[in-house]
Amino acid sequence: MSFLNFVEGPLFTFAAAVFVLAALWRLIGIIRIGRTKDISPPKGSAAVGFIKGNLRHFIPRGIFAKRTMVHLVGGYGFHLGLFVLVFFGVYHIDFLNERILGFSWPALPRWAFLLTSAIAFSGLIMLWVRRISDPVMRLISDKDDHIGSWLTFLVMLSGCFALEQAHDSLRATHMLLVDIWLIYFPFSRLMHGFTFFLSRGQSGATYGRKGIDL
Amino acid sequence: MTSKAEIAVEKFLEKTDSEAASFFEACVHCGICAEACQFHLATGDPKYTPTYKLRPMERAYKREKAPFSSLKKMLGLAPKPVTEEELIEWGPLVYDSCNMCARCTLVCPMGIDIAGTISKMRAGYEAAGLAPEGLERSVEFVKKTTSPMGVTIKALSAQIKHQEKATGLKIEVDKQGADYMCTFSSSEIMGYPEVLGAYAKLFDRAGVSWTISSVAYEATNVGVQIGSASLAKEIVTRVVESAEALGVKAVISPECGHAYGAIRFAGPNLMGRQYKFEVVHIIEVIDQLRREGKLPAGKKDARKMTLHDPCQIVRRGGLLKEPRRLLDDSCSNFTEMKYAGKANFCCGGGGGVSANERAEELRTEAFSLKVDQLNGVDGLEAVVVPCANCRSVFEDGLDAYEMDLEVLGLAELVAETLAEPDEKQG
Repeated sequence: MSFLNFVEGPLFTFAAAVFVLAALWRLIGIIRIGRTKDISPPKGSAAVGFIKGNLRHFIPRGIFAKRTMVHLVGGYGFHLGLFVLVFFGVYHIDFLNERILGFSWPALPRWAFLLTSAIAFSGLIMLWVRRISDPVMRLISDKDDHIGSWLTFLVMLSGCFALEQAHDSLRATHMLLVDIWLIYFPFSRLMHGFTFFLSRGQSGATYGRKGIDL
Repeated sequence: MTSKAEIAVEKFLEKTDSEAASFFEACVHCGICAEACQFHLATGDPKYTPTYKLRPMERAYKREKAPFSSLKKMLGLAPKPVTEEELIEWGPLVYDSCNMCARCTLVCPMGIDIAGTISKMRAGYEAAGLAPEGLERSVEFVKKTTSPMGVTIKALSAQIKHQEKATGLKIEVDKQGADYMCTFSSSEIMGYPEVLGAYAKLFDRAGVSWTISSVAYEATNVGVQIGSASLAKEIVTRVVESAEALGVKAVISPECGHAYGAIRFAGPNLMGRQYKFEVVHIIEVIDQLRREGKLPAGKKDARKMTLHDPCQIVRRGGLLKEPRRLLDDSCSNFTEMKYAGKANFCCGGGGGVSANERAEELRTEAFSLKVDQLNGVDGLEAVVVPCANCRSVFEDGLDAYEMDLEVLGLAELVAETLAEPDEKQG
């Protein structure tokens, strides 16, 4: 078995299994802690608050927009860019079609893929530069924040190198990094990709029950 | 012997429910919350970043309770244990520089309720005996007199007599079957007793009956501020039992920020049951009576006024429109300040900060943002502050910044601008 076959085959299966099982374990673990039932007479709906809380925090409030512009541009650029690259890159669609899903969908044209890559890279770099230069972010950041950023950066960079499909070794490097990323994800702060809905939802529910839209 | 750190950590873990856990799990250390925090904005010091204030509790959770914590501990990857020295170092971040205003939740992309989590964290500090002296002193006063300022029923009775004389209206104490039982904060009773007269005038005009309990007149809940569930329960129970014994239809929470949340939302959970009466905020009551036509507005005050939004009443209490409707009716020159409404800045003294002597200098620095807001309204003559605690912080702050501005309560303003019985509505 070649190294490429190994990282795309058994190692990928293992990494994907760890990703799914550990992420589920962590999410269920958080929910299972539970919370005491609120018996105060409600002024609004907790369920509606849960949904509203999730939607509301997608949109930054105008008064803070100027002060948080770097996060706003970098954050949206990176996250949306990464989402588009992962799910609309032609090689990703082919990989998912052949290995997992058995169906495909239209991919981005090459120029759009490159443009999206540039946006995603710029966003990620902006956020990381902010992390090492802003006194607030420097104080509150830890190793996990940096490992998560660098690992994601390396996955994206190796993906760009593998784009031409010129050498198997470049594709294998990309896949190895993807496998490491998948294994690291559920044990790290990268899990915010899933935990955000719990956090926004729980505070939305708490305030929503009190008739407050925060 | 159990150490203070162990006691605090045990309480942190007990208080970390799935809500707090989801906050700790979702925070990405983006630091955006700092851009909303009054203490960070006023000082520029990164240590006042709201999420950083939670660090010891977050560490305790990630070491002892989070999913995979055992695995991480086994591999030596778990965070270090929380120490007493660290808790002491963090004390000023937990008590002095968080007024539990929740402005940071507005800006947090994860919607993390840092104010609510600070409240849970304070429970650990209180259990370990690490709460600030100023707040502990308030607790002693409450135990002796029911009031954090030591206001006795004798002192209240004297104020009632003065107000009866000033208004010519009877203020009844312990009246059975009244519509409303009103509670007050100590600073209102001692600092702004005109509010008693204002209530008398408003309720007399609206034709509703009201009373004050001789044992449960105090609304301030120091237990909530300091993080003591047992004390918070004791204070709520006193009000609830008195109201139920008097058979009132509703208890009115005064123009005091945290008191409303303490009795309206925390109270039933602390007591483990619902009440036999309703809890309403005085602003809600006045607004409703006005809309029912029972409190017709008269000649408006022509001074240029603005409104301060007390965090616990507006951002965390949901009463956003009511004070504005009342002010529009009472003032012909009402102008909003910058950031008015949900995103308004705290006075700087909420969440027990005003009772914490250690925080005095920082509180005054934080008030500089409020000064900027007030200076941003040209020709301002008065500011309406519908919270007694905010009001005294305003008076101290305006004095410190040498500003000459009248500070008014909302109920008093509405009472002063009521239509005379034969006057046409203004």
